[in-house]
Amino acid sequence: MLLHNKTAIITGASRGIGKAIAEVFAQNGANLYLIARDEEKLEALKASLEKNYKAQVSILPTDLRSIGAIKEAVNAIKKDKVSLDILVNNAGVMADAVLQVIKPETVQDLFATNVYSVLYLTQMTLPLFLKKRKGSVINISSIIGTHGNIGQSVYGASKSAVIGFTLSVSKELAPLNIRVNALAPGFIDTDMIKKVDDRFYRKNKESIGMQRIGKPEDVANAALFLASDLSEYITGQVIGVDGGMII
Amino acid sequence: MPEKLKNAFVRALGIDKELVVDTLAYQSIPQWDSITHMILISEIESEFDISIETDDVIDMSSFAKAREIVRKYLGN
Repeated sequence: MLLHNKTAIITGASRGIGKAIAEVFAQNGANLYLIARDEEKLEALKASLEKNYKAQVSILPTDLRSIGAIKEAVNAIKKDKVSLDILVNNAGVMADAVLQVIKPETVQDLFATNVYSVLYLTQMTLPLFLKKRKGSVINISSIIGTHGNIGQSVYGASKSAVIGFTLSVSKELAPLNIRVNALAPGFIDTDMIKKVDDRFYRKNKESIGMQRIGKPEDVANAALFLASDLSEYITGQVIGVDGGMII
Repeated sequence: MPEKLKNAFVRALGIDKELVVDTLAYQSIPQWDSITHMILISEIESEFDISIETDDVIDMSSFAKAREIVRKYLGN
């Protein structure tokens, strides 16, 4: 069990990649704080992880677009007096639009969830990492953040911002032995891609070297590596999990 | 409280107790930089069993200010 007795916070944990990460981490012995908006889905996931893996799970239904809500969630975790080992900033939203029709509220919404919450959550949980002077922050970016794509300038910009944040903060926190890395998933089978039209879906699938769409578990296993001591000399990296996708 | 707070400063910044005076300020000595500031916050939180809000983390710019902030959390 690679994460035995480690404590992890995972955002966007109620579905997709976040849920897969929660399952893989629980399977590997981690104690979990799961953050997402959907309380019902979090409750169901908690019950499942407790039953299947005897995991210790706390859920925190939180709207990460609100700094006040983030503070409340972190304060609730601090009350448990835990030492934090892992933070997975996975929560993210997508709203495709070509440049001419992008609405300001779309920009605000995407950046609030995809970027500002990553920054504030990392900032506010930092004292919890310092009890052990060791830890791993894993930020979920995207192949769109590294390569861009038509109709995804705002999403791409937000995911590029996550990369920029990762690279800078990794340098700040290295002296404290807190590693900060990013994963850049490609085309992964989640609710997010179920919204795309057939033509776009086919085109993306055909561009993948390994000729299959990624599974949430593919990203979760990469997150497990970064969360564990197997990667204890790795920081400031952006790791693609995309099956050789060309965009 | 002041002695416990001084001890937290000594541990976090790796300095002698005599240096911990009201005028000791963030970045006034090489030992109190942005990295050790984070360690200091953690030490103070552990020492006093409190959870310091981000605004106060940013405001904690001197030993005198730290005393004022900790007093607030202790309800003094």
